[in-house]
Amino acid sequence: MTTPASISFPSRLSGRRIAITGGTSGLGLALVRALHAQGARVAFVARDAERLRRIATDLPGTHGIAGDIARKDDTHRIALQINAALGGLDALVNNASSLGPVPLALLADTECEDLDAALAANLVGPFRLTKALLGSLAASARERGSALVVNISSDAAVTPYAGWGAYGASKAALRHLSAIWNEELAEHRVRVVSFDPGDMDTPLHALAVPDADPATLKRPADAAHELLALIAGELGAHTTITTNETQA
Amino acid sequence: MNMNVAHHPTQRPRDAKLLVVDADGLLQYAPRRELASFLRRGDLLVANDAATLPASLTGIHLKSGAPIEVRLAGRRSLAVDDLHEFSAVVFGAGDHRKRTEDRAAPPPLHEGDTLALGPLKARVLALLAHPRLVALAFDGTPDAIWAGIAQHGKPVQYAHVAEPLALWDVWTRVAAQPVAFEPPSAGFVLDWALLHALNARGVGFATLTHAAGLSSTGDPALDARLPFDEPYHLPRSTVAAIGATRQRGGRVVALGTTVTRALEHAASRGLPLRAGHGVADQRLGAASTLRILDAIVSGTHEPGTSHHELLRAFASDAVLARADAALLANGYRTHEFGDSVLIERAARKSPMQTTRRRGRRDRHGNLIEA
Repeated sequence: MTTPASISFPSRLSGRRIAITGGTSGLGLALVRALHAQGARVAFVARDAERLRRIATDLPGTHGIAGDIARKDDTHRIALQINAALGGLDALVNNASSLGPVPLALLADTECEDLDAALAANLVGPFRLTKALLGSLAASARERGSALVVNISSDAAVTPYAGWGAYGASKAALRHLSAIWNEELAEHRVRVVSFDPGDMDTPLHALAVPDADPATLKRPADAAHELLALIAGELGAHTTITTNETQA
Repeated sequence: MNMNVAHHPTQRPRDAKLLVVDADGLLQYAPRRELASFLRRGDLLVANDAATLPASLTGIHLKSGAPIEVRLAGRRSLAVDDLHEFSAVVFGAGDHRKRTEDRAAPPPLHEGDTLALGPLKARVLALLAHPRLVALAFDGTPDAIWAGIAQHGKPVQYAHVAEPLALWDVWTRVAAQPVAFEPPSAGFVLDWALLHALNARGVGFATLTHAAGLSSTGDPALDARLPFDEPYHLPRSTVAAIGATRQRGGRVVALGTTVTRALEHAASRGLPLRAGHGVADQRLGAASTLRILDAIVSGTHEPGTSHHELLRAFASDAVLARADAALLANGYRTHEFGDSVLIERAARKSPMQTTRRRGRRDRHGNLIEA
């Protein structure tokens, strides 16, 4: 099967430096694979060091970084390793997400701790990591014309689905945060956008809707190619400066 | 009598102060939040966007079993995979709460000794003409070394700040590549509101990346060797912004001593500036000719330090003596979380000025395009 992105954008992502959180399953893993295939320089973050190691071995040249974006103390360690591994950053994809209570619960039955956990992973974590990487993104925008943050969203951020309170509220807040940040960072040519991949056949969806028929769900690889096109479009809208630098 | 020391790791205290020293040596006192108002349309502020490494690594000298603290102090380049070898200053038992001058010496170190530093393992490649200064080689892949430093390292800190520093205490708002061994602390003045204010005033902003090194080791012989050689990277966009600023007669303003060292080093290799990598190995002082910079925004530094020595390239000793007296008399705080100075290069110290100034200025000093 042909992949539209690999035909339409063969070189625009080559050498671009892109970091993805939640990069060992679902959409994140599919995106890591797709970007690697495009020749992008990829760092991906997840909590499970063993899965990270296996995927990084499977995809030579990618960098697996162990950490939990929901933990404040991990934020700068993760940012340090992303910047160090890639030597800069053109795009950050905040993909790691928490469903909140499992199984899904009505809001009135949602424990405060479950709401906290959803906010930590889906809102505060992406806020912290983006903030810690903003110096790098802005530097890239000055040098190359643009930089990009993609926050993975959901139709639950817009539509009030019963049972999706913790997830929907946290994703709605992330969506609004993205919109405000995009306004504020326009003068620095850093774009902050939301991307709704649709209902996919992923571990997160299986937790939420265990009896869903996978055949009715989008494949993560297809969503990843749509996202790839979005990233290439945002970054590729500006001419990449070819480097011709001196060495001491 | 010594200056007040800033003891708390607050990057932008609300009451932070600024002392402005203009090209004629006149002094002006201001709240530091008004910094942008001392920059003019057409000027360019250049910052060091290096993020600070957690460069203090504690561990064990395996041969003796003695506890040690390794402070990473230098790298030969900023290449992401050129990470195995560092120079480092080594201390014996104890931590930052003891003044570095009073810290115990490390056990005798020899070539080939191994150090266990949390998840990291390092080998002593050589002693660098001092029992505390070594070249180290770390085991493992670059990713594993970065992960080990990120997990185990702590920011280098000194006894004047008691509470343990976290990385967010020492990263400026624009921190990017983790290559500094101590924070480029002049950059603590920056926040995104200031960048917005600069943009609104027509003041440009650019960055370079410079591996700011240790400011002190507590050992007189080693301190006399500071600053160590520091690699830097000068982006193309910054070279272009500097060129455009000079062309229109604006001032190029360094945010900090590390920016000064990097830009003047790059200029010493010939003008126009070229983008790329370099290693700043020069010392700047009274005898130095500034080829690029028109002003510096810096922390306050006590006479005798290499940072203060660098300010002598901008202003005469008489002017600096008056500025130092004014800082003291007005309770300005020193060290990395302290107050700031803006020093414009003395008129007589700018031999290129007559050929460079092309624009005219209105009565407020703003540039009027020719």
